[in-house]
Amino acid sequence: MVRMLLSRLSQIATVVLLVCATIFVLTNMLPGDPTVTILGEQASAEQRAIAREQHGLDLPAPVRFVRWLKNAATGDLGRSLRSNEPVARMLADRIPVTLELTALSILVAIVIGLPAGIIAARARGSFLDVLVSIAAMTSVAIPYFWMGILLIMLFALKLSWLPPSGYIPFLTDPIGNLTRMILPALTIGTAFAALIMRQTRASLLQVMSQDYIRSARAKGLSESAVLIRHGLRNALIPVLTVIGLQIGALLGGAVVTETVFSLPGLGRMMVEGIFQRDFPVIQGAILFIVLCVIVVNLLTDLLYAWLDPRISL
Amino acid sequence: MSTPNIAVSPVPVQPLTRLWVILLRRVATSWQGAFGLTVLAFTIVLALGANLIAPHSPIDINMDAILAAPSSAYWFGTDELGRDIFSRVVFGARISLQIVLAAVGLALLAGVTIGLLSGWLGGRWDTAIMRAMDALLAFPFLVLALAIIAILGPDLTNAMLAIAITKTPGFARLVRSEVLTIKHVDFVKASVALGATDLRIIVRHIWPNVAGSVIVFGSLAGSQALVTESALSFLGLGVQPPTPSWGSMIATGMDYSSSWWCSFFPGLAIFFVVLAFNLLGDACRDALDARLGEH
Repeated sequence: MVRMLLSRLSQIATVVLLVCATIFVLTNMLPGDPTVTILGEQASAEQRAIAREQHGLDLPAPVRFVRWLKNAATGDLGRSLRSNEPVARMLADRIPVTLELTALSILVAIVIGLPAGIIAARARGSFLDVLVSIAAMTSVAIPYFWMGILLIMLFALKLSWLPPSGYIPFLTDPIGNLTRMILPALTIGTAFAALIMRQTRASLLQVMSQDYIRSARAKGLSESAVLIRHGLRNALIPVLTVIGLQIGALLGGAVVTETVFSLPGLGRMMVEGIFQRDFPVIQGAILFIVLCVIVVNLLTDLLYAWLDPRISL
Repeated sequence: MSTPNIAVSPVPVQPLTRLWVILLRRVATSWQGAFGLTVLAFTIVLALGANLIAPHSPIDINMDAILAAPSSAYWFGTDELGRDIFSRVVFGARISLQIVLAAVGLALLAGVTIGLLSGWLGGRWDTAIMRAMDALLAFPFLVLALAIIAILGPDLTNAMLAIAITKTPGFARLVRSEVLTIKHVDFVKASVALGATDLRIIVRHIWPNVAGSVIVFGSLAGSQALVTESALSFLGLGVQPPTPSWGSMIATGMDYSSSWWCSFFPGLAIFFVVLAFNLLGDACRDALDARLGEH
């Protein structure tokens, strides 16, 4: 396991370095003069030159890249060109919102997708199976932002059950926080639930046709005991992988969903950064999102190898 | 993020036209394929005949019909500037299909070329190219597209390019993995032994065996491309006003949520086309599996 981990880590180190280079190249190719963002359009040439020197913009790109890498490794992601606030602090303020949204979305997806997948597998070929499959196909095809707006129209404007948008930190008002996070979590969670449902159904059908399931039944175990103790335990391993591998899609979905529900998360910070041409902010947000994806993928691989020792990384 | 598991085992080279006819027949006779093809054909007709089908101009402002509910005069109602939403949805089909086809076409061309070369050449070239593809695959599609749009600036052509770049690594990875399997199959080894050039082997023997998987992946990439394009336009970073785009229409409609029709109909259009691409992809995969079963 340790050797697997080391080998995987060395592969990941290369990818992380390439990712950092890609992010740096992309954000440094942004058109326009960054000093316009810092000083506005009226600043003189001298003021611009000073600002360039202060922000290290006058240095050659490779030097800036190495400096950025070194600083990033110590948690210094530079300062926002617009607000002069440290990007790391801005990220620290925004990350909890996005992580809460992602965690709640996964919870919603598991609560809906897992039972639906089990029901569809147990009732294979029945009307219920077809119904669940149609619901899954439908929810996968609905774009996040449209789903969000439909939910706002129904639950906030028509029924007045929930607030349409906004954010209150969990520690300030847990109920207020959750009532505002339900709709965004449902927006992402329902589409994700469809993937979990499909995977659960397929894995369970495969597992339930194995010899050891027949042996468990032959021992006289009840059908629910066979399903839970022998079927689900093995069928859930690929489901865990699907959850892990979809983390990138979830974070991508969060970018749009945060805009729909006015949530002050990473995604919204990134979109605002793009409109304001604030490249340290864009760099910081993208770097965090991509590193999250890489780390979660690694953890998924390790978990998979731990749960199923036949797998080698 | 991950490339779907749609790899197929290599099959001996068959007359291509016969295989495609069989494949198309299987796709068209399955309910998923029939639904997908019908919706996509309908959307193409809308896009091509937008000038004839749309009852109003998609950009003409009518201050006497602001936010009018759906009626016989305005089937899908009007928006905040009194523009006919049905006409904008019809013209939006043209824009969306244009972006999706161009983006997926570009990604396919680039990804297949990279995958074929990487898989066939192997060695250091393969390692270097695939590490670069891995780095791009680590980015969520929308995040990468946003980063590219930030550089290129928001407009229709740049949205196409951004989406094409996000989809290229998926095609490259898929094709490369297929090539790695096929290059060790006897009929390819025989061609090498007979002195066939690399280009001939790739074009005559490798590509026909990879094409099926590429089509399945292309169909799924079509739905992802449409969602990404709509999301970019929704965020104000794709197609710019007054050009009608389904994503930007939903964004505008969000500000007038009491007039539900403003965002409902463009969203419905995206939903049906994405569903059509997904079902067509499923049907193609099933048809390919059946084709392989025959061998």
